[in-house]
Amino acid sequence: MLEELYKKRRTQLFLGFLIGVAFGFLLDRGGATDFNIIVNQLLLKDFRVLKIIFTAIITGMIGVHLIVRFLPPELQPKPCQWKPIIIGGLIFGVGFAILGLCPGTATGAMGTGAIHAIFGVIGMLLGAGLFASVYTHIEDFMSESDLGPVTIPSYLEINLWWVIGTLSILLAIVMYLLERAGF
Amino acid sequence: MNPFSSELWSPYVVGAGIGVLLWLGFLLSNKAIGCSTAYARTSGMAEKFVRGDKVKDKPYYKKFIPEIDWEWMLVLGIVVGALISSLLSGSFRIEMVPQVWENTFGSSQILRFAGALIGGLLLGFGARMAGGCTSGHGISGTSQLSLGSWLAFLFFFIGGILTALIIYGGI
Repeated sequence: MLEELYKKRRTQLFLGFLIGVAFGFLLDRGGATDFNIIVNQLLLKDFRVLKIIFTAIITGMIGVHLIVRFLPPELQPKPCQWKPIIIGGLIFGVGFAILGLCPGTATGAMGTGAIHAIFGVIGMLLGAGLFASVYTHIEDFMSESDLGPVTIPSYLEINLWWVIGTLSILLAIVMYLLERAGF
Repeated sequence: MNPFSSELWSPYVVGAGIGVLLWLGFLLSNKAIGCSTAYARTSGMAEKFVRGDKVKDKPYYKKFIPEIDWEWMLVLGIVVGALISSLLSGSFRIEMVPQVWENTFGSSQILRFAGALIGGLLLGFGARMAGGCTSGHGISGTSQLSLGSWLAFLFFFIGGILTALIIYGGI
């Protein structure tokens, strides 16, 4: 039944849109569409953004693994190309601090009336286009450190639910300590 | 208090809600939520508009075909969702220069727009090199326990925190 649903292109586009609407709504209620809240997170003055991400990871991690365990959907871990991830991640981080928004929250910020976010979105389109143009020149760099779509439990050969349990507890402890420290 | 008119919700409620959206993405669409490939596709669509069909021959656009897909609709939905939320809470307002930026760089709109453009350029390039963004790697990928996504999440924040401390923190 679910497989039939996945094949319906128009329905799927509409579902993507609906999930996006809910996502944008939640990002805004969390404060993540606000430049000031994101930059204050990066300045380590306000931890709302990390609390949102950590709670989303705990909730998502448990539910998604139950879904793939019992239902048709399968995990889609991205390839672990560690060199481009580290270099690209750092470049992303620099841009993250300057724009004060990320690809998802910048579009959300546009919806809340942030005119400057429109320039951020244009910049991201240019950056993505630039990457597509230089891609053929850096293909070797992109693939040379590829470990494949590994997951933490497959890489470390530890039981999946042990990893989920341990990470959930660790993230919860970090959030508890942040609350205790007054953040 | 009516929760739809209160501006900020608990980050734990918001985070749990986003986690549930991840479930729905997998369950209803067999998709992992992410945002940055939509930028690559849009960029390809714009280039196709200017340069014609030969854009399709670029190897990168063979991997990420320039077309409207599930994730593209998701990103469009984010704009609408944030608009609805900010109208309901009354937080919708035209913002040219955010406060924390102004504290460091002053109230010049041109400077902020240029900063946003350059920041966006780095974000767009970095996200494509790393293979995802704060949602695709930071929330979806980490939830799937993808090793690369945890690494990306770590380096997004290392780069972001260091840069923010240097430019806004005055270190």
